[in-house]
Amino acid sequence: MNAPLLQVENLTMRFGGLIAINDLSLTARQNEITGIIGPNGAGKTTFFNCVTGFYKPTEGRLTLTPPDGGTWPLQAMQGFRIAKKARVARTFQNIRLFPGMTVLENLLVAQHNRLMAASAFSIAGLFGLKSYRKAEAEAVEKSRQWLARIGLEKSADLPAGSLPYGAQRRLEIARAMCTDPVLLCLDEPAAGLNPKESLELNDLLLDIRQTSKIGLLLIEHDMSVVMKISDHVVVLDYGARIAAGTPEQVRHDPNVIRAYLGADEDEPLPAVVAKDLGEQ
Amino acid sequence: MAAFKDAILAGLVAALLALPMLGFHLGDSAQGLQLETHLELVPLAAAIVFAGRLALNLAAPWLAKWKDRAPAGKPKLETGVSRRPLYIGIAMAAAALILPLTPWGDRNILDKATLVLIYVMLGWGLNIVVGLAGLLVLGYAAFYAVGAYAFAILSQMGFSFWQCLPISGAVAALFGLLVGFPVLRLRGDYLAIVTLGFGEIIRVILLNWASFTGGPNGISSIPRPSFFGMPMTASSPGHTTFHEFFDIPFSPVQRIVLLYYVILLLALVTNLVSLRIRRLPVGRAWDALREDEIACRSLGINPTSTKLSAFALGTAFAGFAGCFFATRQGFISPESFSFIESAVILAIVVLGGMGSQTGVVLAAILLVGLPEWFRDLAQYRMIAFGGAMVLIMLWRPKGLLAGRTPTIRLNKGDAA
Amino acid sequence: MNYFLQQLINGVTLGAIYGLIAIGYTMVYGIIGMINFAHGDIMMIGAFISLIAFLVIAALGVTSVPLALVLVLVCALFFTSAYGWAVERVAYRRLRGSFKLAPLISAIGMSIVLQNGVQLVQGARVKPLAPVITGGIELSGAESSYPVTLGWLQIVIILLTVALMAGFTWLIQRTSLGRAQRATEQDMGMAMLLGINVDRVISMTFVIGAALAGVAGLMVTLYYGVVDFYIGFNAGMKAFTAAVLGGIGSLPGAMLGGLLIGLIEALWSGYGSIEYKDVAVFAVLILVLMFRPSGLLGKPEVEKV
Repeated sequence: MNAPLLQVENLTMRFGGLIAINDLSLTARQNEITGIIGPNGAGKTTFFNCVTGFYKPTEGRLTLTPPDGGTWPLQAMQGFRIAKKARVARTFQNIRLFPGMTVLENLLVAQHNRLMAASAFSIAGLFGLKSYRKAEAEAVEKSRQWLARIGLEKSADLPAGSLPYGAQRRLEIARAMCTDPVLLCLDEPAAGLNPKESLELNDLLLDIRQTSKIGLLLIEHDMSVVMKISDHVVVLDYGARIAAGTPEQVRHDPNVIRAYLGADEDEPLPAVVAKDLGEQ
Repeated sequence: MAAFKDAILAGLVAALLALPMLGFHLGDSAQGLQLETHLELVPLAAAIVFAGRLALNLAAPWLAKWKDRAPAGKPKLETGVSRRPLYIGIAMAAAALILPLTPWGDRNILDKATLVLIYVMLGWGLNIVVGLAGLLVLGYAAFYAVGAYAFAILSQMGFSFWQCLPISGAVAALFGLLVGFPVLRLRGDYLAIVTLGFGEIIRVILLNWASFTGGPNGISSIPRPSFFGMPMTASSPGHTTFHEFFDIPFSPVQRIVLLYYVILLLALVTNLVSLRIRRLPVGRAWDALREDEIACRSLGINPTSTKLSAFALGTAFAGFAGCFFATRQGFISPESFSFIESAVILAIVVLGGMGSQTGVVLAAILLVGLPEWFRDLAQYRMIAFGGAMVLIMLWRPKGLLAGRTPTIRLNKGDAA
Repeated sequence: MNYFLQQLINGVTLGAIYGLIAIGYTMVYGIIGMINFAHGDIMMIGAFISLIAFLVIAALGVTSVPLALVLVLVCALFFTSAYGWAVERVAYRRLRGSFKLAPLISAIGMSIVLQNGVQLVQGARVKPLAPVITGGIELSGAESSYPVTLGWLQIVIILLTVALMAGFTWLIQRTSLGRAQRATEQDMGMAMLLGINVDRVISMTFVIGAALAGVAGLMVTLYYGVVDFYIGFNAGMKAFTAAVLGGIGSLPGAMLGGLLIGLIEALWSGYGSIEYKDVAVFAVLILVLMFRPSGLLGKPEVEKV
C-alpha cells in the first residue's frame, strides 16, 4: 500500500442550514487514483473546493503530506497558497482556461511562481538577464513536452478558447500538471467527451500516475472512466461517505446501488444501471 | 419607407427634447432670470435630426458593406508572425525623434506635440492598469497630481527636476499601493467608484490644505529642467548656461525642444517597460487574472500582490508624467487634475483599443492633439470631444486598434 | 441637541434627493451591468427643465403655487424621461453585450455632451430661482437658543420621495412591467426567449430612472435655488456612491445609501469642516466596502467554481 498523501478527517461544510458535507473522512494515497462518485448534489465539488481552498471548511481537518516531507494543514490555508506551497492542482467542471491567451501562454502562467522567482520579481526579466532567459527557455521546453503528450504541439500559438472541447479538457489537465503538483484534483474531466476522447483521457491519467508518481483525486460521472482507472473509490451521498473500496467492492455495495437508484435492496438491479456501473 | 418613418420618429423625438432646452433660453438680466423664447429653433433641430437620420438610414446598406470589409471588431489574436506593429512603432518613434529638426518643428507644433506626448505617456501608464491587468481606475489623474505636487513642493526646498523625477514616481506609486491595498479585492466596478472617490479626495485636499499645497492658487515658479546641470536660460549667475556651453545664441525655443525630448524620452521608457513587462511572468499573470481570477488562484498566483504590482507600476508612471507636467507648466493648481482629466486618459486607453500601444498614440492625437487646433471654439470643442467618444465607441466598441499579440510563440516561422 | 436635530433634518432631505438619483444608477446597473455616467447630467437636465417650466408657467399667468408645482413636476417627469430614453437609444443600445468598458466610455462621452450642450444653449452663468415654498414648522420653543425648523419645502421633498419610492416599489414588485424588469435583470437571454421585449424593458428602466432623476432635479432647484450646468457631476457622483454603498443592484440599498450619504454630508458639515465633507463621504464608502465588499444590502457575490 502506498503512503497516505491527503488525509481528510471529519470534514464538514455547512452553507447556512444546508449541510453539503457531513463528517467526511477519507485518505488519498500517493501514486494512486482515488475516484469520488455520487449522485448529483452529493457534495463532490464542494469537497474539492474545500481541498483546494476555495471554501473554508466549517469543521474538520485536511492534512497533506507530500513525499518530499512536510505537512500542510489545508483547512487553514488560502486558496492560492494551497496551490503554491502545498502543491495541490485542480481542474474545473466547467473548463477554466484563459481563453484569450494562447495554449503555450496558458502553460507558462501555470509556471508563474518559478518564473517569477527566476525573473527576480521582474527586475532580471526587465533587463533580459541570462538567468531569466534560461529559466524561460526551460519553462517553454516543459510546456512543449506537455503539449506533445496531449497532442497539441501544433496548436501552441492558438488562443486556448478556440480549441475544440476535448482539447481544452486535456489542456486544462496539462496546465495543472505544469504547476508540479503532488496532488491533482480532477473535477469531471470526461464530461462532454466522446467515447474515443474518454479512452484517451484514461490513458493520459494512467500515464500521469505512472510517470509523475503523484496522487490523483477524480470526480467523475462517467463510470467507464472511474471504474476502469481508479485504484480506490469513495462514494458520497448527501455529503456523507456511504461506501469505499476497490471499484469491484463498490460496484456491489448495496448502499451504492440504493443511492443511485433509490431501489429496495432485494430488488434486482435493472440491466441498464448494471451496465452503467460497469458490470458485465 | 421604413427608413422614412424611422427618420420622422427621430425628428419628433428631437423636437420633444429641443422644446424645453432650445425653445426657451434663460437669459441673465438685471432683474434676474429672463425667459426668452426661441421656439423657431425647435423645428430647426427636428429638421436637422430628421435629415441626418434619413441620410444615415439610406446609407445603412452601404455602411454595412463597408464595415464588413473593414477588420472585424471581434477580438482576434494574430496567428501570423507579422512584425508590422514593431515597424510602425519604430517609424513613429523615429518621426517623433526628428520632429524638432524638421521645418514643421516650430514652437507651436512642439508645444502641442509635448502636450500630446504627456497624454500618450499617461495613456501607456494607465494601460498597464486597465488594459493589461484589467483594473478599472477612474481616478488616474489623482496620481498624476500626486507626482506633480511632489515635485512642486520639493522644488520649493531647492530640489531640481531631475532629482525629483524618481521621487515623484515613487510617491505616486506609494499612493497607488495605499489606495490599492484595501480595495483591490473589490470587483471591477466597485474599484472604479473607489478610485473615482480617491481622485476627488486628493483634489479636495489639494484645494483646501492651503499651507501645504497653496490651495486653489496652486504652486507657481516651479523650476525648469536643466540640460545635464546647465540651465536653459539667457544667463545664470554661477552656472554655465546651455547656450553659453554650446556657444550658440540663446533662444527660448531651445527650452521647448528640451522639454519635448524629455517627455519623448519618458514616454518611450514607459512604452518599452510596458512592452517588455507584458512578456514577463508578471505580465502574463495580469493577462491571466483579467481573464479568470479563480483559475489563477488554482495555479498558485497571488491575486492581490499581482494586481498591486500593476497598480504600483501604472501609478508610478502617472507620477513621472505629473513631475514633467509641473516643470513644463511652471505652475500647477488643483484645476488641472479634475475628473475630466481621468476620463480623458481612460478614454484614450479604451478608444485606442485596450492593450494596444499604437492605439493609445492614435487616440491621444485624436482626443488631445486635434482639439488643440480648435481652441477658439471652446464650447463646441468639448461637445465634439464628448460626441467623438460616443461615436468611436459605437463604431468600434473594441477601440481603434483591437487585437492581442501573443507574448511568446512556440512554432516560430510556420505561421498559420 | 437642537443643532444636531437640525442637521439630521437637513441630512434626511439631502439623502432623499440622493436616493432618488441613486435608484437610476442601481436599476441600470442591475439590468445591463453598466455605470450610467450620464445619469447625474440627466438630473441636471431635469433641474433646468423645472426652472424653465416655472418661468413658463408663471408667464402663462398661473399664480397658485400648488398648481404650479404640480405642473412643473409633470413637465420635469415627462421631458427628463424623454432625455433618459433618448440617451439610451442613441449611446448605449448598440453597445449592449459588447466589450465591457465601451458603454462606460460612451456614457462619459454622453455626460460631456450633455454638460457642454446645456452650457452652450443656456449659458454658463448660475441660474437663480426665488424661493417658491417658504416657511416651515418651528420644532423648538422660542426659549431655545438654536431654533430647529422643519421647512415646508423639506416636508414636501421627504413626502414626495416616500410617495415615489412606494409607487416605484409597487411598480417593480406588482406590475407585469416590474416582473419583466426583474426577469431581464436575472437572465436577459432567457427573458428574451420567453417573449419579453427586452429592448422595451431596458428603455423603460432608463425612462423610470430618468423620471426619478427629473424629480430630483426639481427638488434640487427648489432646495438650493440655483442651477448650473455643472450640478449633475457632483450630485451624480454622490448618488452613485450611495448606490454602491447600499449595494449596487439593490433598490432598498440605493435608498439607504442615499440617506446615509445625505446624513454624513450634513453632519460632517455641521460638526467637522464643510470643505472636507466629500472626503468624509468617500472615506465612509471605502471603509464600508473593506468590510462588506458588496455594499450594505447587496447580495454577496457567490463565487461559482
